[in-house]
Amino acid sequence: MKAEIKTMRDVFIEGIYNRMYEDSTLFFISADFGSPKLDRLREKFKDRFINVGIAEQNLINISTGLALEGFTVYAYAIAPFLTMRAYEQIRINLSLHGQLKEININLIGVGAGLSYDVSGPTHHCLEDITIMRSLPNMTLFSPSDLKLTEKFVDYSIRIKKPKYLRLDGKPLPQIYDSIKDSEFQNGFKELVKGEKICLVSTGYMSHKALRVANLLNERQIRVGVIDLFMLKPLNEELFSETINPYDYVVTLEEAFINKGGLDSLVTNILTRRNSKFRIKRMGFEDTYIFDMGSREHLHKLNNLDEESIIKVIEEYR
Amino acid sequence: MDPNSDLFEYLRHKASWVRKETLKIHKIAPETRLASSLSPVEIFVALYYGKIIKYDPKNQKWENRDRFIISKGHGAISFYPILADLGYFDKEELGRVGQEGSFLGCIPDCIIPGFETTNGALGHGLGVACGISLALKRKERSEKVFVLLGDGELFEGSIWEAVMFAGEHRLDNLIVIIDHNKVCMLDYCRNVIDLGPLDEKFKVFKWKVETVDGHDVYPLYNALVALREDQEDKPKVLIAHTIKGKGVPSLETDALSHVKNLKAEEIDAILAELK
Repeated sequence: MKAEIKTMRDVFIEGIYNRMYEDSTLFFISADFGSPKLDRLREKFKDRFINVGIAEQNLINISTGLALEGFTVYAYAIAPFLTMRAYEQIRINLSLHGQLKEININLIGVGAGLSYDVSGPTHHCLEDITIMRSLPNMTLFSPSDLKLTEKFVDYSIRIKKPKYLRLDGKPLPQIYDSIKDSEFQNGFKELVKGEKICLVSTGYMSHKALRVANLLNERQIRVGVIDLFMLKPLNEELFSETINPYDYVVTLEEAFINKGGLDSLVTNILTRRNSKFRIKRMGFEDTYIFDMGSREHLHKLNNLDEESIIKVIEEYR
Repeated sequence: MDPNSDLFEYLRHKASWVRKETLKIHKIAPETRLASSLSPVEIFVALYYGKIIKYDPKNQKWENRDRFIISKGHGAISFYPILADLGYFDKEELGRVGQEGSFLGCIPDCIIPGFETTNGALGHGLGVACGISLALKRKERSEKVFVLLGDGELFEGSIWEAVMFAGEHRLDNLIVIIDHNKVCMLDYCRNVIDLGPLDEKFKVFKWKVETVDGHDVYPLYNALVALREDQEDKPKVLIAHTIKGKGVPSLETDALSHVKNLKAEEIDAILAELK
């Protein structure tokens, strides 16, 4: 792992900033949400940056109008407000229009999962995977590190469809040295090859999965780790093939489980292919979190800390 | 211009024809929202037959076309005959609204030639239109963006997010027409939340406001032309006073007209009476 620590949003915004010089069709809109790297962008590209104010519905609608006229739009806001306050705008204007017309709108949501740990349940984002996955014609990207996020800059311009980019709010260590186009297209990567048990995770939880794999490795237990970063579209066939040598799958997500998130995605794929797997879904139960404390503290309270995950794995063995 | 000039006689004649065609559509597709579609008839007629809007039925993606966003989607069934008449699609299609295999739904989608966006869900059209206006301004293009809003739709919060935005960004290429028919689904708007004073509301949000009788094609046409030519750097709104269900007496006085379907024999009787 590399030492470089930056937030994914800064990496992404920097990438867009650089592309805005050469591509006059890029437009950046914020719902009064910032970032250190955004200051430079809004100063430099005054005519193609707009702050619509704290108005997520209008953020989506304005973006739609611009995209219908051929602009590539980045719509930037805090993830739970972007996806849930403006869900019907996204459904009608992005998902539905996206089936009939070419519209390139990239929703950039910051604050995946418990990124905003101490801000409490209004700012926790535990439903977005479920609701955004259910929209036809929507791409869902949930990167775990900077390199993947950087790669999405080019993808966001090239693939002219509505997309949702769910970014962690906190700086996270780098996982990938580099990623090939073909690997990126597949939507996932087997970061660690293991035996019998495979952890399938997305975003922040892929870091935890790697830590768990390392801890177990010290005890001669080899679990696999798959980082699933493109939840839609995903190369399902290759995913199945990759997971096929394992007997047990543990899904890890900072989201509600049993209601359409990463766990459902993985279960659906494996069930459709008649796989014999046993699956353990790990995430948050059907309840909001009012407890105060750091992200890791909240994980511990909800049995999502390393120790709890290892305990589950040991039961499987 | 003389109110009795050929143009206005022509517009009146077209409005009458559109009303009849709309009734005929409702006869085969009772799920269409008839009353809501009858109030904006003269607005559609003035815009299209009065050539206030620039359009080309043969080239729907014509770059120089004005954009027309019909935000009150359900109330646009009366726009179908106009589109067919102008050549956007075959007139025979009007006889298949809501039927298997037809692209003409009881609420229009943008699969229909002539519709820019899909607006069955209310409150989206104005914000989208603001984005289009902004795009055209950034591209330094001179086309206008017309929007038809319902008044019941003004209860949606997203409308006011867009109203604030348009005023602040001085979207002077944006022309909104409010089909002010005073009735939403369950009641008169004033019994739900009084929208008045509507003109003042838009004025304080930095809009230019005009008011007109939305069924009298003479002042309506003139008001639309004036707003189109207006040079002030403000978005413009025309509050068109209309009657929900205009042309059908039983609907005109019914607070529940939005959800009233007419029986086939009632429609036949009205058609016989209409000139």
